[in-house]
Amino acid sequence: MALLEISGIDVFYGRVQALHGESLEVDQGEVVALIGSNGAGKTTTLRTISGLHHPVRGTIKFDGKDITRSEPQNIVNLGICQSPEGRRLFTRMSVLDNLRMGAYTRRNQADIKKDMDRVFELFPRLKERLNQIAGTLSGGEQQMCAMGRALMAKPKLLMLDEPSLGLAPILVETIFQIVREINAQGTPVLLVEQNATKALEVAHRGYVLETGNIVHSGTGKELLSSKEVQTAYLGM
Amino acid sequence: MAETVQRLRGTFFTLNVNSLLNLAGGIAVLVAIIATLQRVFESGGTYFFQTLGFGLAQGAIFALVALGYTMVYGIIELINFAHGDVFTLGAFFSLAMMPLFGLNPSSSGAGVILPLLGLFVITMLFCALVNITIERVAYRPLRHAPRLAPLITAIGMSSLLEGVMFIWRGPFNLAYPDFLPEQQLSLGGGITIAAKAVFVIILALILMVGLTFFINRSKLGKAMRATAQDRDAAQLMGININRTISATFFIGAALAGAGGIIYGLYYNSVAAFDGFAYGLYAFTAAVFGGIGNVPGAALGGFMIGVIAAMSDGYFTVAWTRPLIFGILIFVLVFRPTGLLGMRVPEK
Ligand SMILES: Nc1ncnc2c1ncn2[C@@H]1O[C@H](COP(=O)(O)OP(=O)(O)OP(=O)(O)O)[C@@H](O)[C@H]1O
Ligand SMILES: [Mg+2]
Repeated sequence: MALLEISGIDVFYGRVQALHGESLEVDQGEVVALIGSNGAGKTTTLRTISGLHHPVRGTIKFDGKDITRSEPQNIVNLGICQSPEGRRLFTRMSVLDNLRMGAYTRRNQADIKKDMDRVFELFPRLKERLNQIAGTLSGGEQQMCAMGRALMAKPKLLMLDEPSLGLAPILVETIFQIVREINAQGTPVLLVEQNATKALEVAHRGYVLETGNIVHSGTGKELLSSKEVQTAYLGM
Repeated sequence: MAETVQRLRGTFFTLNVNSLLNLAGGIAVLVAIIATLQRVFESGGTYFFQTLGFGLAQGAIFALVALGYTMVYGIIELINFAHGDVFTLGAFFSLAMMPLFGLNPSSSGAGVILPLLGLFVITMLFCALVNITIERVAYRPLRHAPRLAPLITAIGMSSLLEGVMFIWRGPFNLAYPDFLPEQQLSLGGGITIAAKAVFVIILALILMVGLTFFINRSKLGKAMRATAQDRDAAQLMGININRTISATFFIGAALAGAGGIIYGLYYNSVAAFDGFAYGLYAFTAAVFGGIGNVPGAALGGFMIGVIAAMSDGYFTVAWTRPLIFGILIFVLVFRPTGLLGMRVPEK
């Protein structure tokens, strides 16, 4: 039994169907990439896992529990946290307060402190800017803050929605390196990316989403070397 | 090239119109200040400080009510028109509860302090429960409806509360007991201020400082700020937004209920429809300070209170309402973010 099991979910926005019977899994220790072109339904998938939308059909199970109809706060409590598309920081709060909001559901102050230090190790930049208002951070710093904030929930599954979007190439490299590191420290990651090549290089496995349908899946290597995936998503 | 010229001309003209209007506004404010100053000098210091004290006291009450408008607006972008009536309800309810605490119109002295404290607690709780019920039945079901829908139910709730108070106690002014000391406190140099005004100002300040600490320090306060800034992101942090929104209505109404008692104690009279005009003044104060901004609402409340008192005291009462709503329109047109509006990028 996988850590996260999505089976056959249909998700609608009003009358428009965004996901068509999507199924995917994330196992302990994995980095799983979810790639696909604009509007394919990647963000919708993550938002549905987090409970911001509920599927009309199908089920989502996490850690053996059915969370298909759970409220977002309960899902965070169970251990799923995401760094959402567009970062969505609390722009009028300081970096420190943003990180603290990430630990909102947690009580053990000593543990929180430990994770705060871990976030500073991954993103030393944040430590220098602790008291800066988050809305005034640079794009790259905002991304680090959003990832740090998600990590502060001490998630059993971390979801990242386009963490490399809009960053300079050197920073993109850093971000993917950090994803590897987070995973190496034991946290499974569900990674949504436009930058398919990079994502598949980091990922153990990947899924390709096309207008709400999973059209390919396999290990990162398999997908990277698949002709179809190469022409459609890797720009080769 | 032609386009550039066009664009430059565009900016030139808009700039010009705007700066002209700003200039006109500036001159109007300047003239008003000079006219006021002239009258202030004619009428002398004693009268000035009496007026100022009155203005600050009524401003403190505006501020207490404005906080509820601004907090609710900040979190769900709704103008809770029923808020002004929750405030009046505080005065009505506390009046009805007085016998329970052994208070009657002839009570006085230090003996009223404890019962009054109890009266504050029970009234604040009652108003809070009424307000979260209003949110639950009239606003929450419409959270994903077009923006106009909850605005209309808000006006409906306002009418409902006014109707209930009207049926309960009739259309007339009710006498509210006068528990506060009547003496004048000397500030030296022949300047005095009414003890009553000082009491009102201090009480309101205590409540406001408490609120500020709560919002900045407590976990629930932080959840309120986070929900106000980005509701989805707040949910993704595990914040229960329904509970957070209820808490906002709870706190806003508790402050309004306290404001209702203070209003009764200060003016010694209250009527079912008082909340309408008072609510609009308080709303103006919230907009003046920057709607959604908590310190702004407090500042706006005191400023509107003083401006209204000066207009009442040095010109004529008839001018006060047009003046206040003139300020409302002026702020909405020229500075929609208010005095302390947000200047940090939203996203
Ligand atoms: N709030 C919404 N209301 C209606 N339709 C929506 C809404 N959000 C997304 N959609 C639609 O659902 C589909 C999937 O959108 P989604 O945001 O999940 O795509 P995505 O794969 O994340 O795309 P991108 O790479 O551009 O972020 C799109 O067709 C989009 O237009
Ligand atoms: Mg997306």
